[in-house]
Amino acid sequence: MDSQVLERHGLTADEYRRIVDFLGREPNMTELGIFSVMWSEHCSYKSSRVHLRTLPTKGPQVLQGPGENAGAVDIGDGIAAVFKIESHNHPSFIEPYQGAATGVGGIIRDIFTMGARPIALLNSLRFGSLDQARIPRLLEGVVAGIGGYGNSIGIPTVGGEIAFEPSYAGNPLVNVFCLGVARHTDIIKGVASGVGNAVYYVGAKTGRDGIHGATMASAEFDDKSAEKRPAVQVGDPFMEKLLLEACLEVMQTDTLVGIQDMGAAGLTCSTTEMGSRGGAGIEIDVSLVPQRETGMTPYEIMLSESQERMLLVAKKGREAEVERIFEKWDLHASKIGVVTDDGMLRVKDKGVVVAEIPNRALTDEAPVYHRPMSEPEYLREVQTLDLDALERSPESVALQPRDALLALLASPTIASKRWVYHQYDYSVRTSTINEPGFGAGVVRVRGTDRALALSVDGNGRYCYLDPYRGAMLAVAEASRNVACAGAKPLGATNCLNFGNPERPGTMWQFAKAVEGIGAACRALNVPITGGNVSLYNETDGNAIYPTPVIGIVGLLEHADRVVGRRFQSSGDAIILLGEGRDELGGSEYLKVVHGLVRGVPPALDLEREAALQRLLVSLASDRLMRSAHDCSDGGLAVTLAECCFDTNGIGAEVEVGGGSRIAALFGESASRVVIAAASDDVTTVLERAAAANVPAHVIGETGGNRVRISVAGETAIDVSVDDAERVWSTAIEKYFAKRVA
Amino acid sequence: MKFAVITFPGSNCDQDAYHAAKDVLGQPAEYIWHKDSDLKGADVVVLPGGFAHGDYLRCGAMARFSPIMKEVQAFAAKGGPVIGICNGFQVLLEAGLLPGAMLRNRGLKFRCEHVHIRVEQTDTPFTAACRKGQVLRVPIAHGEGNYFAAPDVIARLEANRQVIFRYTTPDGRVADEANPNGSVAAIAGICNDARNVVGLMPHPERACEPILGSADGLAIFESVVQWIHKFSSATV
Repeated sequence: MDSQVLERHGLTADEYRRIVDFLGREPNMTELGIFSVMWSEHCSYKSSRVHLRTLPTKGPQVLQGPGENAGAVDIGDGIAAVFKIESHNHPSFIEPYQGAATGVGGIIRDIFTMGARPIALLNSLRFGSLDQARIPRLLEGVVAGIGGYGNSIGIPTVGGEIAFEPSYAGNPLVNVFCLGVARHTDIIKGVASGVGNAVYYVGAKTGRDGIHGATMASAEFDDKSAEKRPAVQVGDPFMEKLLLEACLEVMQTDTLVGIQDMGAAGLTCSTTEMGSRGGAGIEIDVSLVPQRETGMTPYEIMLSESQERMLLVAKKGREAEVERIFEKWDLHASKIGVVTDDGMLRVKDKGVVVAEIPNRALTDEAPVYHRPMSEPEYLREVQTLDLDALERSPESVALQPRDALLALLASPTIASKRWVYHQYDYSVRTSTINEPGFGAGVVRVRGTDRALALSVDGNGRYCYLDPYRGAMLAVAEASRNVACAGAKPLGATNCLNFGNPERPGTMWQFAKAVEGIGAACRALNVPITGGNVSLYNETDGNAIYPTPVIGIVGLLEHADRVVGRRFQSSGDAIILLGEGRDELGGSEYLKVVHGLVRGVPPALDLEREAALQRLLVSLASDRLMRSAHDCSDGGLAVTLAECCFDTNGIGAEVEVGGGSRIAALFGESASRVVIAAASDDVTTVLERAAAANVPAHVIGETGGNRVRISVAGETAIDVSVDDAERVWSTAIEKYFAKRVA
Repeated sequence: MKFAVITFPGSNCDQDAYHAAKDVLGQPAEYIWHKDSDLKGADVVVLPGGFAHGDYLRCGAMARFSPIMKEVQAFAAKGGPVIGICNGFQVLLEAGLLPGAMLRNRGLKFRCEHVHIRVEQTDTPFTAACRKGQVLRVPIAHGEGNYFAAPDVIARLEANRQVIFRYTTPDGRVADEANPNGSVAAIAGICNDARNVVGLMPHPERACEPILGSADGLAIFESVVQWIHKFSSATV
């Protein structure tokens, strides 16, 4: 085979030899195409698999761990929460609207494929700095795409996070999370079994869009990436809405053996994986596949990533029922093949075999690499930070803490994301009980008293400075956010966004991050139930910050005991749970005020973190806290200000001790939460905290209309809530104000 | 009494309207598929929000051709109460049951947030239990809710008191900053000549329980329940 052909398919000479060994002959072009997508990084996880195996995936609450279309945890009463996060980074860079929209479409399909009704969406986004050219337009396009798909299909986008760092300028990250609910007994899997059972194709017709999308997602970008635009698919949320309703209706009838959506690598991946999971084979005839264009070759049909398509296996004798339900929704289920018992993927074109490959060769036997790893050279240097020297520096001495606070509130990473989430329908399904921006996203589970709290978090800057600790902090923060809402964290999903794994430094970051995730998930009892890896996030050799994003699902037994970030009334005690440690490494303060990305990220004691989270859940459950807000980006000062925002101007008067004034105000020490409690409850709260071994101090009181913070007896910040809130709430829209007529 | 909630392909607030009627109000409710040609004895018809047929052509433009719309027209012609919410409002406009049209929001973006609307008239089935001038806090979620009609149509609507809801500040003042989409005369909802067909862009069904942040929308559903009871006792 021509080496250029191999290169176009992203296959190495070694990999090609393996293919020939497996088949005992040279593959034809269709087979080569099938191997290329199934062995791509995106589908095979060939670089990441050895590391992912180390993650904790089990627990009494886990109903479905990694390996299926989505994970599932038990939430009581025979109901399961089904959830997953996935990236659509590469397509979103090339075509922001459609890239983001089809990312949402893909993750929704993963959820309803499991038999669950999708009830909430979240997203985690990373962009370059808004001051850089193109970035506002990218943000605008991605947000419009997410909204365009989610709003239309009618699934609320209830939360998420966005950070801006120059390292993402050439590689924005678009990670989308979907949650669904199902009765345990309704969960259905992506398996094919039962020789002779019919294999159906349903949904949109197959076109030439998205061919080699999975391969594209497995390579770096360069100046020719714009030419890859045809590899991005176009979404049709209306078609997906029909598929969603029709599939859920079919699943209620017990007529299916298994079902799987066609995502990355389309028909190839779905036929192979379903056959492989069921220990069976699948034989299809591509001439029976509904096609949007004429003259498509078997190669194109097998590799197309046209959206909104499902593959399902019906039980023998029940085919008419399946077809009837799809007809009701104006969808046509086409029989394109049968289940066999020979473990092969066999593709025919008008009866003539055009590809024949053992499933095993495409799945279990796909290459697995132990890529070389080494600590990157930059690390030692960037980890050094002299806090004393910094504090004595002329800029620090001249700087008023009040101005630093306002600068942080205006930083797009910290500023209100209202401009973004008001473009998302977050109230459809009438279940959203904590709105975006008010803490974790919380949706009630209809027909029960329960609710689910959701958070996605990750801090690329921390991981750049220390991938192990940064990844632990991501798990801790997502889990803490869920606990702040009053929910007990139950399970996690991860989306691992990194650069080129063929670079030893990147691979080292990846391995350390996975270790960190594993350690934190074990300690906080949130097993990983699935996720996604996105590598090769590089443009012209510049990698993104290593960015593991963690999604956590937690359970509130009583929906009406949900807690949000906002102060509820004047005269409440403000209590700080946890303690500051004079840390500034990797902080938003260092970046915004001093232009520095340095130091080591905050220390994390996982036992203390677990104790804190348990305490939060019990305080919420006993209605002892009226608000709770995690202390993270921007430190205590920003956290306190945010507690005052969206309250019609309830202020706070706070006094803290501390060695370094700057660290006390803006340090991002982990495992800290600001809560408000009614004055009658303060003693109980402090007793509970002491019993839980969580440091707790009353640091002030809500009231007035100013944010006033004293450090060691001296007023450091005194600003009106209105002024601070104006800065915070308008910072992002300012970048767009001139563009809107 | 019974609510009929019409489901078009692409409707996505049908379950919410059903939930409000059935679970919150405790009234019988039934989904009616758009291909059906029978309202199954319903006393009230709800055209819910969503993106009927994907709204790829023009919002509501396809839905008006659904078989059930003949029945809805006939039901409305006999004086039956019909409410169109968001996309349902757009369908009523396209079907000619209400005058005017929708343009894209003036900011050209989809907007989802809580807004305030003032009840302008109380002699419709859907506002009978409200106070005139009452301000309701209800969510909107739309990209094309910028109500438009020619000046003579607006003048006629105003003269006939067919403007039922207007966007206002929380204290009930009409103000440009309180108008989320640029609707002419801050119009959030209108009724037909006979006053039995009402369309509005905001979502009262999303504001029927305190846990959702507002229960103000309940007044609209309670209105029609009371109206039906009064009407049926009057005719019995």
